[in-house]
Amino acid sequence: MENMGIFFALLGASCSALMSGIGSALGVGKAGQAASGVVTEDPSKFSKVLILQLLPGTQGIYGLLIAFITLTQIGLMGGGSSDLSLTKGLLYFAACMPMAFVGLISAIAQANASISSIALVAKKPDQFGKAMIFPAMVETYAILALLISILSVFGISSLSI
Amino acid sequence: MADNSYIYADARIHVHESTMLNAAFMEQLLSAPDEAACLKLLQEHGWGAPGMAAEAMLEGETAKTWELIAELVPDLSVFDVFRYESDYHNLKAAVKEACTAGKHPGIYLHDGTVEPEKLEESLTARDFDALPEEMREPARHALDTLLQTRDGQLCDCIVDRAALTAIRSAGERSGSELLALYGEITAAVGDLKIAVRALATGKERDFMELSLAPCATLDAGRLADAATDSMESLAAYLSSTRYAGAAEELKKSSTALECWCDNYMIEQIRPQLHNVFGLDPLAAYILGRRMEIRSVRIILTGKRNEMADAEIRGRVRMTYV
Repeated sequence: MENMGIFFALLGASCSALMSGIGSALGVGKAGQAASGVVTEDPSKFSKVLILQLLPGTQGIYGLLIAFITLTQIGLMGGGSSDLSLTKGLLYFAACMPMAFVGLISAIAQANASISSIALVAKKPDQFGKAMIFPAMVETYAILALLISILSVFGISSLSI
Repeated sequence: MADNSYIYADARIHVHESTMLNAAFMEQLLSAPDEAACLKLLQEHGWGAPGMAAEAMLEGETAKTWELIAELVPDLSVFDVFRYESDYHNLKAAVKEACTAGKHPGIYLHDGTVEPEKLEESLTARDFDALPEEMREPARHALDTLLQTRDGQLCDCIVDRAALTAIRSAGERSGSELLALYGEITAAVGDLKIAVRALATGKERDFMELSLAPCATLDAGRLADAATDSMESLAAYLSSTRYAGAAEELKKSSTALECWCDNYMIEQIRPQLHNVFGLDPLAAYILGRRMEIRSVRIILTGKRNEMADAEIRGRVRMTYV
């Protein structure tokens, strides 16, 4: 049982990278299909649809960031002590969950919004600025989750439990 | 949950929608002095090639639509619902061919799901099992009726009813909301046109019962009652249904009613312009193109026959985009 702390902390870090990564991969893939459809018909729209395709990719980066910070805090990266109590390990696990779940779901939701925006740009290229805003709104919630996970992970390290 | 199967196809179709003819272009066509000027405008828009005849241009546009859809959808059978009309037209032709001496070239349409030659062979040999299941009974019934009564109109009614029933069932089976709606509206509008024609020609209720296809949005019994009574009764019944708009058009002319029916379909499919998932935007594009080609045909025919602009305008369908 004395090693379960590090296990849960690592599980949290993995989930953060894994679930956000899955969400982003699905999202970028779906948006990529729509982008390919538009570029097939009108190659001049490549740069515009590429930006919209990449929007759901940020969640994967956020998940990776949380995983890196957690690994650093628990001493698995950059050296230091890896002696972690079960309670602290569970706390790290809980801290990673906002990014894991919100990352997965928001990336898929953002992809749907991106696909709609790609269709908008396909018909009205001059509305690109507005088209960007709709999927970008979904990003807000991924950023909120990222903030909570970062603050929690840093906060746990200062606890003496 | 979004249907991810057609994201690429939907995106391509939405790009193509921007090249469809809009109301402003239709006005330009209507303002053109003659057919040649209309053809020139259409060629500038990318339709056909210089010097191409009107009918060849329209056929070419229909073919272009299906080529694009074939490129996007691996299994075209999902759109069989749009091809049943040709199948049942061919069935009518084959039934009559089987009952008359000699061959009549050019009577078949070649965009159905069943080869016309196969239909003709099956009916000549009375081998109904070789036909698709939904066609067997109507084919047998229509052939027997024509042989016994020599009443071509009755034979047509049997096949038309079967066609409407098949289109509605195929729409329901497709799993697509839009195709189900298309099947339902096609059946209802078909019934409505039958009722109007029956009323105009003073048909009995028995004839109505034989001709009207079942559908969810019109009560065949009440429609038959109204159509055997008077135009006012028919309009009054329609006013209580979702086809209330047709009641007004009934009073004008059968052409106005036809136009209203097509416009109603366009109104129902227009939300697909903003849908980016699933099969429905593709189905709506096919229908939108079909209506667009129909409108252009009306304008070209009108200009060729020197009809008044107002008369042509009254027949032109609403545009999808």
